Amino acid sequence: MKELKILAVVVFFTLLTYVLVEPYAHGQMHKHVDSESFTYNDLPAITKTGDATRGQELIMGAGCAGCHSIDVAGMPAPMDPVMAAQSYGVNPPDLSNAGAVYDAKFLADLIKNPAHALKVEHKFDANGGKMHPMVPFYGMGGDIDQEVSDIVAYLQSIAVKTEDVTPAMAFENACGRCHAVGYENWTQIGTKPTFKYEKDSLAFDIKVLEYQDSLKAYMGKLPPDLSMYIRSRGEHFISTFMENPQNHLAGTAMPRVGVNADSAEKVIEYLKDAGDTKRHEREEIGMNVMIFSIIFAIFALLWKKQVWRELH
Amino acid sequence: MKNNSRRGFMGKAFGAVAGLGAIGSLVAMKKSWDPLPSVKAAGFTTLDMSTFPEGEMVTEKWRGKPIFVLKKTAEMVAKEKSDPAAQARNIKVGNDNYMVCIGLCTHLGCIPAFRKDTADFLCACHGGMFNASGDVTKAPPPRGFDIPPFRIDGNKMVLGEVGPEYQAMKDNGVTL
Amino acid sequence: MAHFTKATSVKDWLNQRLAIDTVEKVMASEYWIPKNINFLWAMGMILAVTFGLLTISGIFLLMYYQPSVDTAFYSVNYTIMREVDFGWLWRHVHGVAASVVFLIIYIHMFTGIYYGSYKKGREMIWISGMLLFVTFSAEAFSGYMLPWGQMSYWAGMVITNIFSLGSLHLDGLVEWIRGDYVPAQAFLNRFFMLHVFLLPLAIMGLIGLHFAALRIPHVNNQDGEEIDFDAEAKKYLEGNTKESKVMRFANDFLSKDLMVVGVFLIFFFYLVFWHYGFALDPVNFDPADGLKTPAHIYPEWYFLWSYEILRPFPVDIGLVAFGFAQVIYMLLPWLDRSPNTIPANRRGLFGIWFWVLLVDMVVLTAMGKLPPEGIFSTIGLVASLLFIAMWIILPFITMNEKKV
Repeated sequence: MKELKILAVVVFFTLLTYVLVEPYAHGQMHKHVDSESFTYNDLPAITKTGDATRGQELIMGAGCAGCHSIDVAGMPAPMDPVMAAQSYGVNPPDLSNAGAVYDAKFLADLIKNPAHALKVEHKFDANGGKMHPMVPFYGMGGDIDQEVSDIVAYLQSIAVKTEDVTPAMAFENACGRCHAVGYENWTQIGTKPTFKYEKDSLAFDIKVLEYQDSLKAYMGKLPPDLSMYIRSRGEHFISTFMENPQNHLAGTAMPRVGVNADSAEKVIEYLKDAGDTKRHEREEIGMNVMIFSIIFAIFALLWKKQVWRELH
Repeated sequence: MKNNSRRGFMGKAFGAVAGLGAIGSLVAMKKSWDPLPSVKAAGFTTLDMSTFPEGEMVTEKWRGKPIFVLKKTAEMVAKEKSDPAAQARNIKVGNDNYMVCIGLCTHLGCIPAFRKDTADFLCACHGGMFNASGDVTKAPPPRGFDIPPFRIDGNKMVLGEVGPEYQAMKDNGVTL
Repeated sequence: MAHFTKATSVKDWLNQRLAIDTVEKVMASEYWIPKNINFLWAMGMILAVTFGLLTISGIFLLMYYQPSVDTAFYSVNYTIMREVDFGWLWRHVHGVAASVVFLIIYIHMFTGIYYGSYKKGREMIWISGMLLFVTFSAEAFSGYMLPWGQMSYWAGMVITNIFSLGSLHLDGLVEWIRGDYVPAQAFLNRFFMLHVFLLPLAIMGLIGLHFAALRIPHVNNQDGEEIDFDAEAKKYLEGNTKESKVMRFANDFLSKDLMVVGVFLIFFFYLVFWHYGFALDPVNFDPADGLKTPAHIYPEWYFLWSYEILRPFPVDIGLVAFGFAQVIYMLLPWLDRSPNTIPANRRGLFGIWFWVLLVDMVVLTAMGKLPPEGIFSTIGLVASLLFIAMWIILPFITMNEKKV
């Protein structure tokens, strides 16, 4: 039928324009980075079976608690976040859930050689005399790989189970010490509480700004607020960026954070909650509206047929 | 007859009066659209020239626009000895030589990025390039970076005020 | 005082005061439309529906939007998108409708070009339509400023810079338009005024003019046949509805219109709920930063063809070409020298001209989005020159068209 041919022409030119302007042009503007599904192929596999009890002894002996709190083990942070940032550039994370959030191979490599695991050797070159603020573990006399496995095993034993890691936990642990998320009321020093008096609220804001000053000096520029990043960068970009920032922004100061695949998904979920909050409602109502639209179109067709019976 | 011509004349005279009123209203409306006095007054920025490290491109702000300040290294100054265009753009404060300009590409207003290893500027929007003195080296920008009005005051530079060095640059067509 | 009798019914009461029966006949039941039309004739109704969607969603956005450089982004992306019930829905409807309306405008425009609906008595429909295109463009541009994201700011910067008119350096004019040296509070506020009040007012007035201009010449038909509407109307009213060449606007044409609207809404709502990235560009989800130019700045898709014409030439020539492109469509009724009002496929060279123009518009659109380097800038240059050449040769290829 003639109208079908006309429709085909209209659809053709519309789709042609759409494909050229959207997927093709965006493909030309941004290079595609493949995901390696958080397998961290550049890091050696863990060959030793870790002993969690021995790991606990090693962690005490190695002095990790000199910078890191371990809340579940009753070990508090030695300094408040603002002071810690002044000393190290960023607040060292609490290790309670590190075993669940981070990949085991990554943790093992991080403990022995932080700048390597974090992929910031271009910035922290031991040979050039610039050490990463985290002191590497040089071993406690035994087989260092066994000792590292033991430490990782301990961390995994005190952490929550994988299925109990919430999106907020994953984000706050892996990203939250550098990135604020204003729309979730998250600052680098924690969720901003509600204050009764404005003076206290402003005092908190000042602490955040002081932390951010240290962070900016450490990183070169302030890591951006991620509130709308799920919409401005998209899921694939953020996932591959987390996996290896250097693939997208060669030379960046952002470290590879070493999250495992499950935590990466949860970080994305957190960012979706922040920047695409109503997505579930959108899909649900969308289904209903589509069904209604189809029914509407059918009834319009039926009415048209009835009216036009007189005209043909 | 007499009435008609009087009516006709009065009609035209009335139209003229109404027209004057309309023009007056349009003048008032045009002026409402003008930048506010507070906006115009905020148009001065003072730069402390002693704070700029050599060879580093620092971005300041003036009238909402980025200002590129580049303190030239001895190497850069030597390279310019053979380039009269570059020398005309050079700004001397005390014993130091600077490139100071409005950091907006003269093509369509994007901010070009400074590339430290090649000591030049590349504009991501349409590929325009400028050298370390601010001259255009690759189209489509039609001219080098514009230089903001400036006045040198000891070791300080006031942007927004016209000093003799700026006036000379303007007169010689170095900047608009 | 005119003579009024005691009303016999509510209808009679209204008739004596507002002549509603006459109005109803003129605007609806005896507004005769040719039967020989296809679904493309429904684009006008789709535009009215889409404009309605924009107005209604706009009203709800207006309740929460804050036209301040400090709070605009937050009011849209936090308050409206997260807090207001169905705020996300109005925002998505508004953004997608603003983009889709231009797709329909271009289909509507090119339908008119194809069938010669701008010729012989219909010039005012064409002119008022092109003025509507210009006003809708200004409305879309001003609306895009409002979320005050990176694209809002930088598109605002680049497009207002155009008014410096190249070598004329009318920087004072650019500052006057902005109300500041750069896009800032004054700029945002006045574009808010334009978007919410002045331009919608102009659009509604022009729609009225557009409808009025259509009424006397009547709607065109697929063969461009000159119909004796009075004779055909008589046939219809005598009961010969099947043989009459015309039908009533309401409910004959309207029922087909609404069927097409039904199909359109399925497509439209699919985009609103699931596929909206083309209308809600990712770059605009970064808050505006005057000291950081995004790596890629581009206008919305419907401006890409004319943006591309600006780019390949040196600044002054580019501006002339750009000005040419904005105005030239308006002159179509006078550039087409042929006396025939028939579809393009029966007009020989003009038929070829039509398809070449359409393909050229698509090429210009694609090049306008792509980075202006290598093969893309070459294709863009060729397509821009072709565009200009096409309009220059139009009078020549049409003046020798034989009268059909």
